[in-house]
Amino acid sequence: MMRFFTALTAMLFFALPAYAGFDDTINEITAPIASAVGSFVFFKINVFGAALPLVVLWLVIGAVFFTVYLGFVNVSGFKHAIQLVRGDYADPDSPGEVSHFQALATAVSGTVGIGNIGGVAVAVTIGGAGATFWLIVAGFLGMSTKFVECTLGVKYRQENPDGSVSGGPMYYMRKGFEERGMGGFGKFMGTFYAIGIFIGALGIGNMFQSNQAYVQLNTVAGGRLDGLGWLIGLILAAVVFMVIIGGIKSIARVTEKIVPFMAIFYCVFAIIVILMNFSSIPAAIGNIFSGAFTGAGVQGGAIGALIIGFQRAVFSNEAGIGSASIAHAAVKTPEPVTEGYVSLLEPFIDTIVICTITALVIGTSQVADPNFAGDATGVAMTSAAFERQIGWFPLPLAFGALLFAFSTMISWSYYGLKGWTYLFGEGQMGQTIYKLIFCAFVALGCMVQLGPILDISDALVFLICVPNILGLYFLAPIVRREMISYKERLDRGEIKKYSH
Amino acid sequence: MTNSVLVAVDGSDGGARALQYATERAKLGGAKLIVTYVIEWSPYSFNTPEENAERHKRREEEIDRATSGVVEPAAAQLAAAGIEYETVVRHGPPAETLIKLAEKFGVQQIVIGRRGQSGIKNLLFGSVAGNLVQTSPVPVVVVP
Repeated sequence: MMRFFTALTAMLFFALPAYAGFDDTINEITAPIASAVGSFVFFKINVFGAALPLVVLWLVIGAVFFTVYLGFVNVSGFKHAIQLVRGDYADPDSPGEVSHFQALATAVSGTVGIGNIGGVAVAVTIGGAGATFWLIVAGFLGMSTKFVECTLGVKYRQENPDGSVSGGPMYYMRKGFEERGMGGFGKFMGTFYAIGIFIGALGIGNMFQSNQAYVQLNTVAGGRLDGLGWLIGLILAAVVFMVIIGGIKSIARVTEKIVPFMAIFYCVFAIIVILMNFSSIPAAIGNIFSGAFTGAGVQGGAIGALIIGFQRAVFSNEAGIGSASIAHAAVKTPEPVTEGYVSLLEPFIDTIVICTITALVIGTSQVADPNFAGDATGVAMTSAAFERQIGWFPLPLAFGALLFAFSTMISWSYYGLKGWTYLFGEGQMGQTIYKLIFCAFVALGCMVQLGPILDISDALVFLICVPNILGLYFLAPIVRREMISYKERLDRGEIKKYSH
Repeated sequence: MTNSVLVAVDGSDGGARALQYATERAKLGGAKLIVTYVIEWSPYSFNTPEENAERHKRREEEIDRATSGVVEPAAAQLAAAGIEYETVVRHGPPAETLIKLAEKFGVQQIVIGRRGQSGIKNLLFGSVAGNLVQTSPVPVVVVP
């Protein structure tokens, strides 16, 4: 087997010059598909001169509705969320199950990805500094959407005969609607979602990640990897292959352990860079607020900035997509709503903290030197902002981006798999086919340019928001009832605090 | 307060020696033994989604293995010797969990075996015996 791989690698190297144009060919094929899918999903209406994609409006309305309907749970539940993660309410007589902390850490590893580094740069490039403001607002509102999703994910999960658990939107839609006497509709929605999460897993959780990891590696290598996307792609795909098919869990486990530290490392250095741009901070913050309401220089003005901000926020924190509820469903708790509380922290960490920090790194650099990044965008732009102050940072950043990308891919390979097994059953053969497809897309992601990749990923991910949020509207009363009952019992002291 | 001793077992030789020692003491003093198996676990570790999904199943397996492989044979041994006992299998950080259980059962003493691991490993991970001796509210006997 080893010899086979060696031979294969050698062959690829010798064939290298002949296939240098391979990436271009792939690009030519995917670009038209991307724009077709994109214009279908992002069907736009004209609002005050800005083109507003209906699907973004759909998400915003959903998030606002859940926030109001649940009495601003994103504010009122914040303290309780931290208590739960700290383990204050964990029953000391039954340890050994997945803790709230572990569920949160796993879900955050899945969402903290390239979007936090590169996606924000894209938002600022297109939507101006003001997009940052709307990004934060979207993160704040998204907390409520996550609350609903994750509560339902735990409540309606399925315990498999082998003792493992499966959950997520496909399960809560099927079972939830069945309870309301709409079994047929629930089945349809569950299936639709399962197909969507499977395809989405190949976009946002796969191609976009591997693409940006490659771009960043290439930047650090000074462009020496130009045209070699297919090679990097194959290497990345091989590593993913080893983990998800070869069952080399240690790679995944190591990644899961490093990612949280990388995230902290990234934030610390980002704050250092922001402080080094000290004199630019007031102007950068000023730009964020003024840009948010005037939208100066942005196509579509303030509305344009808002649209971009919301779009990037969802892309990063996944609120409304339903993916996190698949991860959270693994938690065994008698109170599903506790998982909802814990999940509030996800968009907070991902968007309100990490994305905002990235935005400030870029924003303060822009104030100091508007042309610092040249025409670089995405991760390359963020990297340039760091490089202005800390010359050696692009290298660890590339390493971090690679790890973020990798952990997001591992998480999403699982989300996609759950969609796949929902559709085709838990058979081993089927699972292997899925995993092979997944690896192929990892490689493909490095071969195409960011534009079409982003279009396809965006489109697919936003497409599954449609059934998911529709389902959330129908099932929100159940969540609200559970939340009120839980809060009452908490106030009466019936939910025991073990505290420290 | 009853005269009782908490003894930690883990399937290792050290655990067996601890049990042996505690059994002899119990015979002499008529103490009740709390036979404890702590499965090392932390609520603050980082897992993949797949590990989380299988956690419940794994937990049951771990408990089964500890119970049938180590705790039940120990219990049989005690029953044959006519010693009063109770068994506990629990997940958690070892030293902290042993102390919590010692408090819960109100024991007079904790008996554990020494693992005798190398210096570098001790430096990195600390030793259960070391932690326990430093923090236990009751006397600790470390059986070599």
